[in-house]
Amino acid sequence: MAINEEQVKHVAKLAKLSFKEEEISQFTEKLDQIIQMVETLEQVDTTGVPITTHVLDTVNAFREDQAEEGTDRDQLMKNVPTSQDGFIKVPAIMDNGEAGA
Amino acid sequence: MSLLEKDLSELHNLLVSKEITSVDVTKATFDRIRETEEQVGSFITLDEEHAMELAKNIDAKGITTDNVLAGLPIGIKDNIVTNGLKTTAASRMLENFVPIYDATVMEKIYQADMIPVGKLNMDEFAMGGSTETSYFKKTKNPWNLEKVPGGSSGGSAAAVASGQVLMSLGSDTGGSIRQPASFTGIVGLKPTYGRVSRYGLIAFASSLDQIGPLTRTVRDNAYVLNAISGYDAKDGTSAGVSVPDFTAKLTGDIKGLKIGVPKEYLADGLQPEVKEAVLKAIETYKELGATVEEVSLPHSQYGVAVYYIIASSEASSNLSRFDGIRYGYRSENVTNLEDVYINSRSEGFGMEVKRRIMLGTFALSSGYYDAYFKKAGQVRTLIKQDFEKVFESYDLILGPAAPTTAYGIGEKLDNPLTMYLNDILTIPVNLAGNPGISIPCGFDQEGLPIGLQLIGKHFDEATIYQAADAFEQATTFHQERPNL
Repeated sequence: MAINEEQVKHVAKLAKLSFKEEEISQFTEKLDQIIQMVETLEQVDTTGVPITTHVLDTVNAFREDQAEEGTDRDQLMKNVPTSQDGFIKVPAIMDNGEAGA
Repeated sequence: MSLLEKDLSELHNLLVSKEITSVDVTKATFDRIRETEEQVGSFITLDEEHAMELAKNIDAKGITTDNVLAGLPIGIKDNIVTNGLKTTAASRMLENFVPIYDATVMEKIYQADMIPVGKLNMDEFAMGGSTETSYFKKTKNPWNLEKVPGGSSGGSAAAVASGQVLMSLGSDTGGSIRQPASFTGIVGLKPTYGRVSRYGLIAFASSLDQIGPLTRTVRDNAYVLNAISGYDAKDGTSAGVSVPDFTAKLTGDIKGLKIGVPKEYLADGLQPEVKEAVLKAIETYKELGATVEEVSLPHSQYGVAVYYIIASSEASSNLSRFDGIRYGYRSENVTNLEDVYINSRSEGFGMEVKRRIMLGTFALSSGYYDAYFKKAGQVRTLIKQDFEKVFESYDLILGPAAPTTAYGIGEKLDNPLTMYLNDILTIPVNLAGNPGISIPCGFDQEGLPIGLQLIGKHFDEATIYQAADAFEQATTFHQERPNL
């Protein structure tokens, strides 16, 4: 299967990335090469083979449900680009500058 | 002979006998960095003031024989978060990011009284094999400044190879410690998945990433792994297994060790000098009393395809946290909230990172999951089973660390596929979770180093070190130094 520019634009939207038109065509070409390489996997018979998402035998890592001291709020705000009154400040959600409901 | 030419044990003895101080070693380290940094370019950030203060405190406290690492400088890859010290992952996205906590490995480094001297260059978010995708700078190979140092831990490797530091930490998702170690003629180990806590390692592909040490000698490498290993409640995937003394088996004796050489690892496509050096290494191992036989990892040829689906899928999910809201780069060029997300990400990430996010998002998107992500996960199972089968009869697997020696700067940057294929010998090891090392085993006609890879059973780094150390004792490749 070859990937086309429309699909690349759709994926970019999902990934919250934007590209210039010439970048879209470059991306389409490079992604298409990579996907063709990936499609060599079709040669492998995987009938009944389980999927590996984690290499160790660990199942779940639980801890006791005990309250622990959290991180200081002022510390957490240190890397926030813009803030006001201890909150993170962002632009309006709506285009016309009005705050959303 | 310069202080920095000595190994860890030699420096430790001088520190204990008070012939030198930690301040002396730390000063010598920064002098060497100043002398070579313009040529090599290993560091993104230096932390001299803090390092000198630590050294003074450690001298005041005194260094005893029970801690070989005390008072000695180490370099840190810039995707490991350091409290109060800028951590960028070599991305514009984190250009001004100052973490408010330390990674678990950093806590362990401080506990061991080691001295972090600064943050090392890398491919952006560890995505790349040449350190060329860094937003900030290109790192050069100390053996030939026209060549790449490998990647993504290229700064970590170049800093050790050029004698700036004795040891550094890198991270390895598909070969990012072993391949740069191979390209720069040093020792680099990727531990078993789960051996070292990933808490505070900026995530690329969470089921593959591991932090590990880069050093000039095998014994030094084992000392560093001793210090950074162990279960950590803050990393749900860290393993609750005991940590042995990784130097315990460094006797030089490997009689009776059984080593398998996958025929797929010596197939076509290797640079002839790489193949020759590995064949010679096999002879050395036979002379040392090991049994070396041909084995097969039949699914390893699919490793690169599996890796690019799994690593990119995990990356697309991990990197969704970079939204311009809570930390990191925020675009000024916005009229609404959606713009903040899209423009911050589009301006903050470089091309290779976007390429992987796009590939991963595609592989996970509706209608394609079964064909790509699920299929890759199934073939990953077969790759893992290949290793398990060989390890039923063998102690170690041996092969080259990379199919070629270091290539020219700019040579592969425009062609991601050829760059990706350079990782063909290291990737399967991450997919299966096993530990692997690269050690120096020769030089090509241009004088560029060649790396030998040894792969071990899960949590059996000790046997890797045993065999690597025996080879090092029997050869002189690790004693060669680049002319800088």
